Amino acid sequence: MGQTIAQKILGKHAGKDVVKVGDTIEAKIDYVMVNDVTGLPAFEVYDEHFSGTVPKTEKIVLIPDHYVPNKDVKSAEQAKAMRVFAKKYNIKNYYEVGRGGVCHQVMIEQGFAAPGRLVVGADSHTCSYGALGALSTGIGSTEAACAMATGELWFKVPETQKSIVEGKLGPYVMGKDIILHVIGDIGVEGSLYRSMEWYGSTITELPLADRISISNMAIECGGKAGIIPADAKVDDYLKGRVRGTYEKVYADPDAEYCDTFNYDATTIVPTVAEPFLPENAKAARDCDVKIDQAYLGSCTNGRIEDMRAAAQILKGKTIDDDVRMIVVPASTDVQRRMIEEGLYKIFMDAGAFLSGPTCGACLGGYMGILGKDEVCVSTTNRNFIGRMGDKESKTYLANPYVVAASALTGRITDPNEL
Amino acid sequence: MKIEGKAWKFGDNVDTDQIIPAKYLITGDLKELAAHAFENVRPEFVDEVKKGDMIVAENNFGCGSSREHAPRALIGAGISCVIAKSFARIFYRNSINIGLPLIETDIPCEEGDIFEVDFDEGIVKNKTKGATASFPPMPEFLREMSKAGGLVEYSKRKLG
Repeated sequence: MGQTIAQKILGKHAGKDVVKVGDTIEAKIDYVMVNDVTGLPAFEVYDEHFSGTVPKTEKIVLIPDHYVPNKDVKSAEQAKAMRVFAKKYNIKNYYEVGRGGVCHQVMIEQGFAAPGRLVVGADSHTCSYGALGALSTGIGSTEAACAMATGELWFKVPETQKSIVEGKLGPYVMGKDIILHVIGDIGVEGSLYRSMEWYGSTITELPLADRISISNMAIECGGKAGIIPADAKVDDYLKGRVRGTYEKVYADPDAEYCDTFNYDATTIVPTVAEPFLPENAKAARDCDVKIDQAYLGSCTNGRIEDMRAAAQILKGKTIDDDVRMIVVPASTDVQRRMIEEGLYKIFMDAGAFLSGPTCGACLGGYMGILGKDEVCVSTTNRNFIGRMGDKESKTYLANPYVVAASALTGRITDPNEL
Repeated sequence: MKIEGKAWKFGDNVDTDQIIPAKYLITGDLKELAAHAFENVRPEFVDEVKKGDMIVAENNFGCGSSREHAPRALIGAGISCVIAKSFARIFYRNSINIGLPLIETDIPCEEGDIFEVDFDEGIVKNKTKGATASFPPMPEFLREMSKAGGLVEYSKRKLG
């Protein structure tokens, strides 16, 4: 029996030719990443239990992003703990405020993510790098500390689901709509413990940025990984960027899948996920809801391509009087390119607020928190109870076109109806 | 080992933002986190939870973020174990790694029922209802890891 991409990557890193679904293995990881929120407990575990061990510094990546620039004194102390840990153990892969951004975007931009690699991160959206053909998955802080010390971690070899998307996407439909549509179909635990592999002409045609949105949200249906077989688009992106070498990994023709799902891309429309679960997918045009805030950013949709999409809608127009729009690029690099491409002017002329990169409001941290009964249409990834603020507030997930169009009209809007 | 406790009943898809809202992710301290457990959805939890109480939930408990702060908050609140039909995978890993027992099984429950868990026999009982369910042992590797005293001790042993 052949093997899936997840089996092959896990096997290679465990020094085995074949690993079986359900096996628990120990594998060497290529990188372990923590952010400021998950870093602190990891550093405490490390200092308490592994202080006599030199960490695998070349495998460690430290990226403050959740509550930086520091939102208060406690978060300042938390971010400081990361800086101190980096200095103490001479960890070079530390990305200071103003020179980094949201961890997953930085992991991709800085060439840590690459095909065939096994990357773990103490952040659930670590699954994003599946878009580059990596097996990457979220872990906790204690195990991040252990991985820093040993360079290894345990994994259960997952079953794999195959999703095939065929056909041409309609206007203003993005990778975000594909993944919201699929989560709407299979539910928030539809891929629990499983790896997803993505195929089909639609996926092949998709820009890498859109693929990252798909892989990023694999966790929102419980997935361990969301892997898209790497192609020339990935090679092109990684040229001059990737650290070290990489080898693309593909599934065997006779690999075993626990499910195969087929989707017709032509039926996928600009989609929103209504509160309070990402599975509550609905066509944006059927969702007539007044909004208070429009949020563009995050590891899901904070890339330059997302900024261009929203700017295309906003150009020469003015945001509705009753709406504030908050634009948060996912990295310093994205921010720089926005300025160079003139997108800042478009957003500012329309009346949007712009900031540098942070996870901030996506997880209800700061810089755009919602008050009681307020409604936000957001390019982020979660719409749980109280996710972006008060427990009585509501978040609708959508793509950047929809968020921009909604900012103009003051109601959730399919850009095709502008 | 047997433990007994009162059930806090929860439904499907209890996410990590419900367990511990992100605004409190500015500490790793069990007690500080416990002071805000379920604050948005069960505001009475913090005041009324007793050491040894259990959480009994439906599917996909702990979905959402990777925050280890979630099982830490539950341990800090005195929760002795979580029983659910299924768990989100990062929550599952985190709980095993830091010593919060999780039991994956399907058993009827109403708020306040008294549960008994026999870890050696793999049996969970709802003593109030007279219902019993079994649960499978952990995979061998995880049993070994637990025997070693958890992932940290296991890793230390590996390092020699």
